[in-house]
Amino acid sequence: MAQGFLDAWALVFSFDVDLYEIIFLSLRVTISAVIIAALIGLPLGAWLAVNRFYLRRYVIAVLNALMGLPPVVVGLFVYMLLSRSGPLGGFGLLFSPGAMIIAQVIIITPLIASLSHQTIRDLWAEYHDLLISMNTTRAQRIMALLWDGRRALLTATLAGLGRAIGEVGAIMIVGGNIEHSTRVLTTAIALETGKGNFAFAMGLGLVLIALAIIINLMIHMIGKTERAGTW
Amino acid sequence: MKLIWKALVAATVMATASHAESLKMAVTTSFYNSGLSDVLLPEIKNDLDLDVELIVVGTGQALYLGQAGDVDAILVHARAAEDAFLAAGYGTHRREIMYNDFILIGPSSDPAQIAGSQTTVEALQSIARTMAPFVSRGDDSGTNKKELALWAEAGITPMGGWYRAAGSGMGATLNTASGMNAYVVSDRASWLNFGNKGDLALLYAGDPALFNQYAFIPVNPARWPHVKNDLAMQLEGWLTSEKAETLINSYTLGGEQLFTFNATR
Amino acid sequence: MVSILPLKLTAATAHMRGKRLVGPVDFTLGSGGMTLVIGPNGAGKTTLLRLMHGLQRCSGGALIWAVPDVEARQSQAFVFQAPIMMRRRVIDSLAYPLRLRGMAKRAARGRAQECAQRFGLEDLLSSWAPMLSGGEKQKLSLARALIVEPEVLFLDEPCANLDGSATREIEAILLAAKAAGTRIVMSTHDMGQAKRLADDVIFMHKGLMHETGVAAEFFATPLTPEARAFIKGDIVE
Repeated sequence: MAQGFLDAWALVFSFDVDLYEIIFLSLRVTISAVIIAALIGLPLGAWLAVNRFYLRRYVIAVLNALMGLPPVVVGLFVYMLLSRSGPLGGFGLLFSPGAMIIAQVIIITPLIASLSHQTIRDLWAEYHDLLISMNTTRAQRIMALLWDGRRALLTATLAGLGRAIGEVGAIMIVGGNIEHSTRVLTTAIALETGKGNFAFAMGLGLVLIALAIIINLMIHMIGKTERAGTW
Repeated sequence: MKLIWKALVAATVMATASHAESLKMAVTTSFYNSGLSDVLLPEIKNDLDLDVELIVVGTGQALYLGQAGDVDAILVHARAAEDAFLAAGYGTHRREIMYNDFILIGPSSDPAQIAGSQTTVEALQSIARTMAPFVSRGDDSGTNKKELALWAEAGITPMGGWYRAAGSGMGATLNTASGMNAYVVSDRASWLNFGNKGDLALLYAGDPALFNQYAFIPVNPARWPHVKNDLAMQLEGWLTSEKAETLINSYTLGGEQLFTFNATR
Repeated sequence: MVSILPLKLTAATAHMRGKRLVGPVDFTLGSGGMTLVIGPNGAGKTTLLRLMHGLQRCSGGALIWAVPDVEARQSQAFVFQAPIMMRRRVIDSLAYPLRLRGMAKRAARGRAQECAQRFGLEDLLSSWAPMLSGGEKQKLSLARALIVEPEVLFLDEPCANLDGSATREIEAILLAAKAAGTRIVMSTHDMGQAKRLADDVIFMHKGLMHETGVAAEFFATPLTPEARAFIKGDIVE
């Protein structure tokens, strides 16, 4: 452990170009995936909270089950989809950051949708009579709920970010862990562990944890959450 | 809030740097772990202006990636599987490049007394007889196939509590063996580069039966028109050149030569 | 502007999970004045208001405004017994109904500011609505309802949880709104409030309009024994 901390420290301040490349790609893949997943998941969660339809309960149950989707299975699924022998092979996306983003979007969208659905459902119970009385359209309701629930929805999104940035199984399969192309922090950690370089792997792991904490703090600071007197 | 989104989007949209021509090659873990690729790839980039992107997987998965057309070429070491791959028309041809060797690793106390064995078969028989713990890759990789072939040669069907199939790559399997203080078959390069040896030691090596032939196979463009066959052929030319011969034969790890170039020109 | 009144209820009935809550009710709500809905707990006061406003569906009979429903909905507002506060600042809560009607953000906030002044909320403009006191919340609800200048305003026991001074403020606002031409329909369990404010009275009992009429006459000479008992302060079941 102590060696891991020392290695992490030395690693960050070595200003090693390869390390920064890996960190930057980790951020690029994860943040793109989180943005796309939030753009899908948040409105979907709100829509499910506001609408009553025949299969609603089943859709929600499936969504909750998909939260626990094993990333390796998602990786295999996306691999088979994007493989040259698969239905979307023509795009040549396999072993590219794009493929990794697709896999992560599939992994975290259900998580974001399900968490936001729970948040929005509670808020909708509170707002229901008011918004109906104000003669709002369905889209206006969803907008109001998303906006007024934004603090809790930010937390749901950050949960997605946490899951995405630490994910390794799926992106290893669809990204291929190619040096200078698709190697990110998690796959580099898996690689170094495989080589028995535990201290170095631990160092990378600590960089990953630090990164996750910094992103969370930054977003909370900019978003002014967790302060008295606001939501 | 708006500010965050703008910042995030900006960070995301930044495109990857433009590339020289690139080629995807599936290689085995043992090759990658040897560190030889770190020597060869920059030279290839220099001479051919070609970025070789390595997908590091087990031989089984490497062959599958070639079959599915997801890579342009493969560099593996499992003769029988390679022949089947070619017979099915997935590759154009097979070109032998070099060989390294497998070694038997085990606890330094050597409870099965294999260090003094005459042959690999004798060593494996000793392990089976004493039922000393043994960890197998168990992942259908080239190393795994080789190990199973050696057991078959020794007339033993390995099973029982002493025989553990890890179902992982070489590194993870070595980690497991280190943790259990068990015997294990490894390629020499992975072993020399391995950083978590613990009480393990190299106990037996040198039998020609343990030699490990690497072969280069370009994926068949008749099957997958998008594969970069011309680049693969350029790469093959380079890998069998005199320059490659020198680089491969002079590559050492801990003072030991790992690979022996044996391509025919 | 065309009036959405009168509102005609013809054998209007409301059920919830198979239980009859209100009806059948035959009633016409004409324009002008303030109608107070009174009656014991569970008599159906709230359901009657929600039925008229469209928050509760008619399970039988009909409810017809003078204009098509879509238009009628635009000219009504509702104030709930427990104020529903959006998680916004006071100014944005007030601007919200205007924004819904397509007003630009700057204009809506300007109107919200004027409105806050009229209702004595000007010092609270940048406070978070859910953090206000009970009286302030109900004043905000009322301001938010009146900012769109509805023709009909429904209120469901708006002063039930308020102290005397807050109640007095709300009543003053309601009288001013009535003077400005807003048709007010409001339920209460406070007999004193009913006597202070009512032009007309609807006395609800067991889901039916047991007795309706002009306030002065109703309080002086109630026709039914239940209404008599209720006015006297007896328990009516």
